[in-house]
Amino acid sequence: MTATSPARSTTPARSTSGGTHPATRTADQVAADATAVVGSADLSNRALRTFLHGLSGVDQVGLDGRATVLGTRSIKTTSKAWALDTVIAMTDLTTLEGADTPGRVRSLVAKALNPEPGDPSCPRPAAVCVYGDMVTVAKQALGSAPINVAAVATAFPAGRAGRTARLADTTDAVEAGAEEIDMVIDRGAFLSGDYRKVYDDIIAVREICQQRAGEPAHLKVILETGELATYDNVRRASWLSMLAGADFIKTSTGKVSPAATLPVTVLMLEAVRDFLAATGVQVGVKPAGGIRTSKDAIKYLVAVNEVAGEAWLDPEFFRFGASSLLNDVLLQRQKLATGAYSGPDYVTID
Amino acid sequence: MTPTSTTTAARVDVRKTYKLFIGGKFPRSESGRTYEVTDAKGRFAANAAQASRKDARDAVRAARAAQPGWAGATAYNRGQVLYRVAELLEGRRAQFVADVAAGEGLSARRAEDAVSAAIDRWVWYAGWTDKVAQVAGNANPVAGPYFNLSVPEPTGVVAAIAPQKSSLLGLVSVLAPILVTGNTVVLVASEDRPLPAITLSEVLATSDVPGGVVNVLTGGTAELASPLARHLDVNALELAGVVGAADVTWGELEADAAENLKRVRRPAGESEPNWKDEQSLESILAFTETKTVWHPKGM
Repeated sequence: MTATSPARSTTPARSTSGGTHPATRTADQVAADATAVVGSADLSNRALRTFLHGLSGVDQVGLDGRATVLGTRSIKTTSKAWALDTVIAMTDLTTLEGADTPGRVRSLVAKALNPEPGDPSCPRPAAVCVYGDMVTVAKQALGSAPINVAAVATAFPAGRAGRTARLADTTDAVEAGAEEIDMVIDRGAFLSGDYRKVYDDIIAVREICQQRAGEPAHLKVILETGELATYDNVRRASWLSMLAGADFIKTSTGKVSPAATLPVTVLMLEAVRDFLAATGVQVGVKPAGGIRTSKDAIKYLVAVNEVAGEAWLDPEFFRFGASSLLNDVLLQRQKLATGAYSGPDYVTID
Repeated sequence: MTPTSTTTAARVDVRKTYKLFIGGKFPRSESGRTYEVTDAKGRFAANAAQASRKDARDAVRAARAAQPGWAGATAYNRGQVLYRVAELLEGRRAQFVADVAAGEGLSARRAEDAVSAAIDRWVWYAGWTDKVAQVAGNANPVAGPYFNLSVPEPTGVVAAIAPQKSSLLGLVSVLAPILVTGNTVVLVASEDRPLPAITLSEVLATSDVPGGVVNVLTGGTAELASPLARHLDVNALELAGVVGAADVTWGELEADAAENLKRVRRPAGESEPNWKDEQSLESILAFTETKTVWHPKGM
């Protein structure tokens, strides 16, 4: 970060052990943090614009190059075994199809509960991610198992619905018991420069999440980087979401191509690192969509460690949104365990 | 800059470094290794890629992806495609004769004979595609109002170790019958005499055979056979080329293959057979499974 970022100047020394969990803050604290970072009490559209456009520009070639270099690390044997287990523990096992049935969701949950039958040492995914109307089914199937249910909300994936409908969508999911809410930002408003609208949306959804019975629901904010056109916009959207109180910033819905890419994830990891330095709040990152092989997933882990730091190598702060990734990781685990290449006959069809 | 002959003194040798054939493409070995191939008299012939177990894994993946399409093509269409390969083999006859003569140390006349026999054999097997079900299938008599039909189905992905000595005729005798019914193949070429197999892969690449149906690996037979025998996504093993290969026995490979009950075809004897006689329906049926269906008769 350069001097153009006001964030750095306001900060205490960077903590290596991680910061405050964003979900534990009250709405007032979120607003106070935002005010301190932006440097304006009213957080008007103009103030947000001044701040976001004052963030240093992204060197596209440099970022792509950095991502490529991070992708060339060779992770083998015991490190690979650790990485594969970590990837599974960080996975949000996802099914977001129009054709989702209760049966399909139940079989997804069964897979999450017991990813590798015959090997109890295999970790479980962090969460299952479904549409809001499937939350009840997923909760029922999970029982008391320590796996979260994440629901996509706010008129996922486009987000093109009235505010009332988007908030009602969220309320439904939270009331059904979802522990995590994946919301989409209004890309139309963001691209037309109406930052305050995006900010208010996130604040409103966060309010609903905070009202969940028991623990507040964690809020993941989907930027849909494939529609944001430039890396500069990704950096701005990341900061805007974090200012509004996101617990996680998530790359994509998986419905738009390109979905998660390594450079975009590196960029978002830089943003959460700098946000921790600026506010003492540690926000998570979730790349989603298009990560299908263990090899790719391990590249992301390398990036997490190198860019954000070890504090993020934790399912609480880094997740993969994926469906087919788990099978590939399981095949690699089998290969490591037996030394023989495995095949698709030895994992579930999903 | 050694002149190759006195008549073309100014010409620099074109030294060849061949690559693998995986999924219809010609990649280098993932390991980056190559090895020198010599002719029968020990002179340098070309460099060939030395495949690793990861190349074998990639080849199996390509073969698996291609298998449903190849098996799903009509038998008549598979016959046409294989016959087209024979046409192209004929077009490359001179190159095959030169490869075989140099690699196996045969006279020009005997090399010609071997190449002719190989091409004729390919045509013979191509003809079987739409006949094998009539011969090996059956309408079974059953005590009930059903049609009961048994038909041969391809086994799936076959890993084949090509014969070490007979580099073209032996290769064709092993490869062609596997393809007839719709299996896809990961072929490990003869370690010391891989050039006809490489030329064959160039033929296959320009024919109508879909990418991935035949994948050709060159390199150490022992190094490649073991991971293929243990690979859980390989359905069958053809071990003809284990005879005469260094550091590997068919017994070990068969034991490895037992893990997922691969169909295994052992070599015929302790030494390589005379491939001139090795042309049989049995070679085709070795890599088929019998599917039996019951269908109610109209009442």
